[in-house]
Amino acid sequence: MTSAPTAVQTPGFWTPLFTAWLVSLLATAGALFLGEVVGMAPCVLCWYQRIAMFPLVLILGLGLLDSDLRSVRYAWPLALAGWALAFYHCLVFWGLVTESLVPCGKGPSCADTDLQVAGLVPIPLLSLVAFTGVLLLLGAAVRRREKA
Amino acid sequence: MSRKWIVLSTIIAVALAFAAGLMVFKNRSGQELAKSVQTHSEALIRPHAAVYGNPAAKVTIVEFLDPACETCRAFYPIVKSIVNQSFGNVRLVVRYAPLHRGSDTAVKILEAVRLQGKYWEAVEKAMAFQPQWASHDSPQPEVIWELIADIGLDMAKAKADASGPAVAQILKQDITDMQTLKVDRTPGFFVNGTPLRDFGAEQLKSLVAQELSKVGAPAQP
Repeated sequence: MTSAPTAVQTPGFWTPLFTAWLVSLLATAGALFLGEVVGMAPCVLCWYQRIAMFPLVLILGLGLLDSDLRSVRYAWPLALAGWALAFYHCLVFWGLVTESLVPCGKGPSCADTDLQVAGLVPIPLLSLVAFTGVLLLLGAAVRRREKA
Repeated sequence: MSRKWIVLSTIIAVALAFAAGLMVFKNRSGQELAKSVQTHSEALIRPHAAVYGNPAAKVTIVEFLDPACETCRAFYPIVKSIVNQSFGNVRLVVRYAPLHRGSDTAVKILEAVRLQGKYWEAVEKAMAFQPQWASHDSPQPEVIWELIADIGLDMAKAKADASGPAVAQILKQDITDMQTLKVDRTPGFFVNGTPLRDFGAEQLKSLVAQELSKVGAPAQP
């Protein structure tokens, strides 16, 4: 890429940051689709993971627009919290944590086998994959900055 | 391509994919619903169900109603005026979809009152004072008894009927039919068997008008 004198060259961290943002955008759109269109009411743990996932779209999106790596600093605690919740939710889903410990008083059960997309992939696993991806990509973004 | 443009077009692409998925899904579930109504048309209207308006009306609105549902409360005057302004061409058949906590008790009270011919008075009161008894956290459907104390009921009989087998059977049948017809939100409307897919007061009115013109009745003002 030849850089015109006035144009700012794309920093190395931009691509991983963009990919992390894309993952959070797709996860947010997917969660909203399942909840609002398909009509699967989110359980309590799903809500907590949504709280961690949705803001990533805005924080990382703003970071992308200004090529601002500091957005990673504000995003990673959310991503880590979401990852921990998703990990816990997977344990609940597969029955590795007993039902009595599940903090699901109201709404649908977090251990319900209905929490699957197309009857195949459990939603908590999708969430865990998405948060893992975001964390790894944010890490990659920071490393590329340090190399540069 | 500028980076801002990449971000913007990604957002647009995801939004378009979402909208496309929404349309596909709505279309498919609408077809499924229409099909299940066709195959289970007997589940729509049962002889026990309460009827408002001319029993021989050509157009029938079936409403799956939850006495504790705020939207049902908001629709109550709308549906009533559709029937009242129809010159006897539209009737309302009330079925129950007790989806909230405490709704089943409310339904039992209303049905017990219906045995004494004071059903619509009781429905009016229960709807008017719904915020008092139908809090979603701690519903107190028993409060309805106090609300209807002055409409001239044999209260002892009504209370006995409310916990009797006849009323319980009605509730059970309505819940079964609600599940058969896949009513998972209230109010659930069907006009001459056609489900109201796109929810809203205007949409309901136009669906009724459409069915009225099918049977050759004059459209409403």
